[in-house]
Amino acid sequence: MPISLSTPNFLIDRNRERCINCQVCVRQCAFEAHSWDAEDERVVTDDLKCVACHRCVTFCPTHALSIRRFPLEFRENANWTANAIKAIYKQAETGGILLTGMGNDQPYPIYWDHLLLNASQVTNPSIDPLREPMELKTFLGRKPDTLRFRGGKLAEKLPPQLELEVPVMFSAMSFGSISLNAIKSLARAAADMGTFYNTGEGGLHRELYQYGEHTIVQVASGRFGVHPEYLAQGAAIEIKIGQGAKPGIGGHLPGEKVGAEVSRTRMIPEGTDAISPAPHHDIYSIEDLRQLIYSLKEATRYEKPVSVKIAAVHNVAAIASGIARAGADIIAIDGFRGGTGAAPLRTRDNVGIPIELALAAVDSRLREEGIRSQVSLVIGGSIRNSADVVKAIALGADAVYIGTAALISLGCHLCQKCNTGKCNWGIATQDPNLVKRLNPDIGAERAANLLRAWEHEIKELLGGMGINALESLRGNRLMLRGVGLSDRDLNILGVKAAGE
Amino acid sequence: MKRVYAREEVCAGCKLCEVHCAVAHSAYPQDIVKAFLRQKVKPIARVLVEENRPISFALQCRHCDEAPCTKACITGAMQKDPLTGVVTNEETRCVGCWTCILSCPFGAIKRDETGRKVAAKCDLCSSAGTLPVCVQHCPNDALVFAEEPGWRR
Amino acid sequence: MLREGEIRIPSGCAISGIMNKRGRVFSGEDIIKSIALMHDRGNGLGGGFAAYGIYPEYAEHYAFHLYFDDERARTTTEEYLAAVFHVAESGQIPTRRVGAIKNAPLAWRYFVKPKPGFLGETENEDEFVVRTVMYINAEFPGAFVVSSGKNMGAFKGVGYPEEIGEYFCLDEYKGYIWTAHGRFPTNTPGWWGGAHPFTLLDWSIVHNGEISSYGANKRYLEMFGYKLALQTDTEAITYAFDLLLRRHKVPLQVAIAALAAPFWSEIERMEPAKQELTRAIRTMYGSLLLNGPFSIVLGSSKGIVALNDRLKLRPLVAASKGDVLFVASEESAIREICPEPETVWTPRGGEPVIGVLEEGGDEHAN
Repeated sequence: MPISLSTPNFLIDRNRERCINCQVCVRQCAFEAHSWDAEDERVVTDDLKCVACHRCVTFCPTHALSIRRFPLEFRENANWTANAIKAIYKQAETGGILLTGMGNDQPYPIYWDHLLLNASQVTNPSIDPLREPMELKTFLGRKPDTLRFRGGKLAEKLPPQLELEVPVMFSAMSFGSISLNAIKSLARAAADMGTFYNTGEGGLHRELYQYGEHTIVQVASGRFGVHPEYLAQGAAIEIKIGQGAKPGIGGHLPGEKVGAEVSRTRMIPEGTDAISPAPHHDIYSIEDLRQLIYSLKEATRYEKPVSVKIAAVHNVAAIASGIARAGADIIAIDGFRGGTGAAPLRTRDNVGIPIELALAAVDSRLREEGIRSQVSLVIGGSIRNSADVVKAIALGADAVYIGTAALISLGCHLCQKCNTGKCNWGIATQDPNLVKRLNPDIGAERAANLLRAWEHEIKELLGGMGINALESLRGNRLMLRGVGLSDRDLNILGVKAAGE
Repeated sequence: MKRVYAREEVCAGCKLCEVHCAVAHSAYPQDIVKAFLRQKVKPIARVLVEENRPISFALQCRHCDEAPCTKACITGAMQKDPLTGVVTNEETRCVGCWTCILSCPFGAIKRDETGRKVAAKCDLCSSAGTLPVCVQHCPNDALVFAEEPGWRR
Repeated sequence: MLREGEIRIPSGCAISGIMNKRGRVFSGEDIIKSIALMHDRGNGLGGGFAAYGIYPEYAEHYAFHLYFDDERARTTTEEYLAAVFHVAESGQIPTRRVGAIKNAPLAWRYFVKPKPGFLGETENEDEFVVRTVMYINAEFPGAFVVSSGKNMGAFKGVGYPEEIGEYFCLDEYKGYIWTAHGRFPTNTPGWWGGAHPFTLLDWSIVHNGEISSYGANKRYLEMFGYKLALQTDTEAITYAFDLLLRRHKVPLQVAIAALAAPFWSEIERMEPAKQELTRAIRTMYGSLLLNGPFSIVLGSSKGIVALNDRLKLRPLVAASKGDVLFVASEESAIREICPEPETVWTPRGGEPVIGVLEEGGDEHAN
């Protein structure tokens, strides 16, 4: 059998003076990078198997382990990087598509890091969030053209709205791509913090029905798990047209991750790959989307907002305008850095556009057409911290979705091996040995803490700007200034340069 | 009385409980490296993680109300404290006959041959005066120190 | 140096307002005295007044006050006005020489009615006037419409308000509502059009403060066709009132709840019907919420509304005596002209002071 040209990516560095050979690392590594040598009575490692998930490093009771990049030097080549070369070796061996997990890791510009926020001074006092009320409540849904009154009271109810205590929601991550314990953690955290999580295209497991009020149920192209009770459970319904990590192609759940529970919830056979088609096969044009939106509204008696999720692509502004006119109440846009459980590497790294630009373009276009109030905009891909949230709202978003950040709060280390189903942290796996590693009590606490912490930080930033209600930040691009951006970029973002 | 209970649905099977139990009862209770590397024979853990994948959970002495080991003990070294309820082995009186090991229905007593031959078992860390270290160090909250039966949420 | 509209110029200030609720008219002397007392709140770079009931003989005509940089701007604009309006009367706004007032623009007034042929299909006269005013301000360089309401006018410029008042001979006019403003801009605008009040039809706003929500408010208003050419907070506030009250026809209390919304903690304690209404207002009109310190006096032919931001970060005091309602940034400014008011109070943040012209009030009685 010809030799494989694959060499290790990482080196496991074991400090023998501190290693007590307790074998915790052996037991914890699902990739089997550590093993016990009974003859020599010590732990040994196979660097080729290490994916740098840091499970062993975290669990080692004496901190005897460290992970380094495997010290293998190619001749310096700015064009043919080590990764580019190794990718070809792999494809020469397998003849297959390179798969990966999580979001685009390539060095494209991050526009959040080129935007700076204002603070009030002298002419306008800043507000202290510890002393004054600071309101982050926001409503997602269609707003009417006018309010109608009768006898001083409201004559006509508003269209259905989602009420958020904090403008951050957990993004769509399907049961199948992640474990039930992971979803339970997010569902509980969302319920505790007064926000929402999204089922993704995996359907809704029975044990999650109790969180229905905080659930956004997704109807994706595979229609996995979609039945009347499913729709009835959710607080809102989201039609997934695309996602930022892989615009133009559908979801992909490898067969290894389709166990009994996934099979039952998705309504598919066990062990089969769950591949969602790229388009919904009943949506080939915008009018078809309108039909589906209204079918869902009819099925739920117009009591729930309907959201449409799209990936950020070149003509996203025009698409969004069409979606608003097709009757959607919320438009969710996923930028090219959005995460995924499994996607072809080349699609993830080369398709789609940055969410910052997409958001600015969509918000401006909807305002130009006078229809911005007809939809709420929710964006994701990738929001990494509270400053990104504030900048997103200032650019025009109503709220943000976090996926990767939420998983990191549960313990994810971004090793990008989600598609193997061997997640050592119990997140992106269906292996019961691994799933139990994620304790939903702890996970819910951690995810809720993340939201709590960001809530405090957002209040501080808002107070600094002299704002005490989130609605005064929405679309308030005068609160942003750009640094290190071209005129073109500034123009598209609708933001002035710092100093102006 | 409070005992240590396992939540097998979140036990990661890492056996860190065993590591920390052994260290706490070793000659170097504050230093894991020395406890394992300085002692000629590895220190004994009084808790054992039982495994039948995917199920696993940590099991230690249940400090039974009617402890068979106390009845089996020929020297009276194995005693149940009337106030705290903790069953401990007074090592100065233990002669290493292992009768208690045979009598324990849980298999929770071990042979400690690191020094004099004595029976070793969980003492709920009562000698150290701390919360049981297995509970403290379980990385996934799979062990709780609680009154029975109300601990299950 | 860029001027209003080319750049955003924040400012701090003084405001004052007087209304006779029965519609009895009185001279502008009092308002000038009141605002002059608050001299140190301004820095001489802006002052202005709005007066209602001052043109009773042309009560049904729109009274356009215009400023021109030069004669050419005037003739070009007058050509346009004559084309689309019937101009009943026109003339220079009377002024006095005042030492401190320099580089004044040509100030003219026109009493006009729209020619019916020029109205759009679904447009009424008010909408036509709004459209033409925005057109003149955008397309006629050197011309600026200061006010365009019926039986009212705005008088403003660069100088201390009392100097502006004297310059425009306001002591010789009689109105039943007077508002005034003294400005402390943090730049040197040098432009008469940038002073307060800002007007649209017969709305006038004098404003003390700086709204941090300006960016959000502006982009919402632009969706409805408003062009925020001056880039001032006052402009945004005026358009917000116009949108809510004239175009969406919401009750006044609803408009105030939209602009200075109660906190959620307060809303939760309201009784159910009011809670539902207030929640709907905040949900719907969130982008019009005025955030940041402000005290404003909104004037219209039907009355005045004085309002503070929810945190009361700017001063506002109100008083009444008989038929007359006073509001001002300082109590002393009220007592200067009314030493013994019957009641004096300080409205809470978000709580409006409203003066409504009584039905059958005789606007023209002396």
